[in-house]
Amino acid sequence: MEKSLLIAGFGGQGIMLIGKMLGFAASKAGMNATFYPSYGAEQRGGTANCTVIIGDDEIGSPVSRRLDTLIAMNEPSFVRFVDRMKKGGVVIVNSSLVQSKVEDKDVKAFYIPANDLAQELGSVQVANIIVLGAYIAATGILDAEFAKQVIAEQLGRKPEMLELNMQAFDKGMAAVK
Amino acid sequence: MNVVYGSPSFTSEVMGTGYCPGCGHGTVHKLLAEVVEELSVREKTVLCYPIGCAGLGGGWTNLNTLSCAHGRAGAVATAVKKTNQDNVIIAYQGDGDLAAIGMAETMHAANRGENITVIFINNTNFGMTGGQMAPTTLIGQKATTSPDGRDLERHGAPFKMAELIAKLEAPKFVGRYAVHDAKNAIKTKAAIKKGLQMQLDKKGYSFIEVLSVCPTNWKKNPLDSAKYIDEVVSKTYPLGVYKDVE
Amino acid sequence: MSKEFIKGNEAIAEAAVRAGCRFFAGYPITPQNDIPEYLSKRLFEVGGNFIQGESEVASVNMVFGVAATGIRSMTSSSGPGLALKAEGISNLAGARVPSVVVNVARGGPAIGTILTAQQDYLSATKAPAPGGFKCFVLAPATVQEAADLVYEAFDIADKYRTPVYVLADGMTGNMMEVVELPPMRELSELPSKDDWRVNKLEQDGNFRSISSYSPTAEGLQEMNEASEAMYQQWDKEEQRWEAFMMDDAEYVVTGYGSSGRIAKSAVKELRAQGIKAGLIRPITLVPFPKDAFDQIDYGRIKEIFVAEMSIPAQYADDVRWATKSKLEIISVLTSGGVILETEAIVDAVKERV
Repeated sequence: MEKSLLIAGFGGQGIMLIGKMLGFAASKAGMNATFYPSYGAEQRGGTANCTVIIGDDEIGSPVSRRLDTLIAMNEPSFVRFVDRMKKGGVVIVNSSLVQSKVEDKDVKAFYIPANDLAQELGSVQVANIIVLGAYIAATGILDAEFAKQVIAEQLGRKPEMLELNMQAFDKGMAAVK
Repeated sequence: MNVVYGSPSFTSEVMGTGYCPGCGHGTVHKLLAEVVEELSVREKTVLCYPIGCAGLGGGWTNLNTLSCAHGRAGAVATAVKKTNQDNVIIAYQGDGDLAAIGMAETMHAANRGENITVIFINNTNFGMTGGQMAPTTLIGQKATTSPDGRDLERHGAPFKMAELIAKLEAPKFVGRYAVHDAKNAIKTKAAIKKGLQMQLDKKGYSFIEVLSVCPTNWKKNPLDSAKYIDEVVSKTYPLGVYKDVE
Repeated sequence: MSKEFIKGNEAIAEAAVRAGCRFFAGYPITPQNDIPEYLSKRLFEVGGNFIQGESEVASVNMVFGVAATGIRSMTSSSGPGLALKAEGISNLAGARVPSVVVNVARGGPAIGTILTAQQDYLSATKAPAPGGFKCFVLAPATVQEAADLVYEAFDIADKYRTPVYVLADGMTGNMMEVVELPPMRELSELPSKDDWRVNKLEQDGNFRSISSYSPTAEGLQEMNEASEAMYQQWDKEEQRWEAFMMDDAEYVVTGYGSSGRIAKSAVKELRAQGIKAGLIRPITLVPFPKDAFDQIDYGRIKEIFVAEMSIPAQYADDVRWATKSKLEIISVLTSGGVILETEAIVDAVKERV
């Protein structure tokens, strides 16, 4: 098994953070994982994307032309990457910021209004954790409880942040079901 | 027989210094060797030698030497001292090395106030390569790359390194000396000794500029060269202590 | 041993510390900045030293000085910085000072791009600087291998008294991967440097000099002959490569570093499609693993595909030399920060099947 995921959005949406979290959780689950960020000269802002590959075996290329999963956090990212989906692939769309729809019948789409759901929780900052929860639920690549625990440990130094992140993760998972 | 004067015990009898007759480098090497012997620090001394005439005497002093790339002795000395604080680290550099290609390394080592001793030989030209213009060449002084003499508008003013370094916050002892006569050589030796003693006492950075003659490239005999130091060179580069915060 | 999910640059830095590196000097340049940033804290925790040099030039010369006193030392940079360090690397090689130089390569020529590329093959392997010398060059393809090779680089450097050049790239430096870090070495276990380090007099009381300079022509010729003997020993004893699915291969794909790992993905994909592909991935670039190419069955294999993130191709020249021009070379190239895709290699091979 080897699955590719591309996460893309604006700089500042926490794209890199959830990519790293996912790779970290996969490694804790005893799998192989690579996280490859697109890096640029800018320190802040602009667009950002990263690729996460999770597999049982040694991982070759840490990037992939064809994607198993795409998380599109904004419209330009959706437009740029949606044509790279494999048959049977999964797209998690942040429908708070993406108006377009997936047209390919062979690709499964989940429209998650991540920014709106995050606002409901009191902080737009956790929109990334919401889509991460949605991704875990939609793909089943990692055990959800395990992933949640690992991610909470990584993120939660302050108790109130831990609680907020857990809620966001659950909300994302629920949005898929 | 009572020996009243001789060479430092560890200078090489076999190797000459390699310097031209009348050159000031040999004198400074001897003074340095005497100081190292008097302070009994030979075993822990590392000389960071440059490229250029200043590097020629390396073997003669029979001190451990690191032969540094052109201009880099300031960086090398910095790092060797930071990692080997019990060693005595001396950067011995000429004016092309220290003030032209190595200006960045020189200024940064001084500005960090590294606990090293820098001996800077200023003979107002690139000696080994045949007398080209150096950052220290005097206004009006002819060099092979300034055949009409150094021109203020065209080439800029000579760099006064001792004055420049004395302005920095970190250096502790900065002075300019000469070795063209016995009186000045004695003062130079005292300054070198002071610099090394400060290093041993962990007091910080010292910079000892020494005006030296270059009879070959100045196209003067040794006596006229010595006179040139007194009458001309030391007018642009006044001798004396520029900073002493010991 | 526990596994960690860490960034390549940090794995390189931590592996160096564990290998006994106690001095680093460097200068900021993307994409290697995590290395100095990490070491600026970590080295002091283990009693070492870190200096951010005033320039690339100063940094490599600081390493020259400290390594000459027998302390394991490293510097790192990326292409343009390596160009500035060239003189210093030449000095390390000429004066035979054991040291480790890491290049987290980016796209060139010159300023080029901060994005990953493999444009520094020729400068790393043939002519890092004037004077005619070689560094021992290692090319990691994964974060694990980067950690392992940097760790080992210090031993190789000591064994031969030579600079070891680790040619990584922006991809390996900036990606995160699951890594098992090597164990922490005790400094007391490391080989003694007392017989050559510059801050110790000879037993007979004479001075030592560490220098790439020779006052006589014969002296320099002798020094160069000694280095040449070392290079020949490397050729005999140190060639290293990964061969994958080569036993029955009809199509060979070859690449080093990041291209090597991408090429391996391509070989797996081709095999999955029933095409008998195999991989040769050099791990040492100097010495070049020419034995790997000598072992090819030239009766069975007609073409070799060279994957490289460099235009013009550079590594391909050595493949042509190592295969004695017996195979047609088909280059699959990208440049400027464009990442080579597995699919591009697969497509290139399939076109010829």
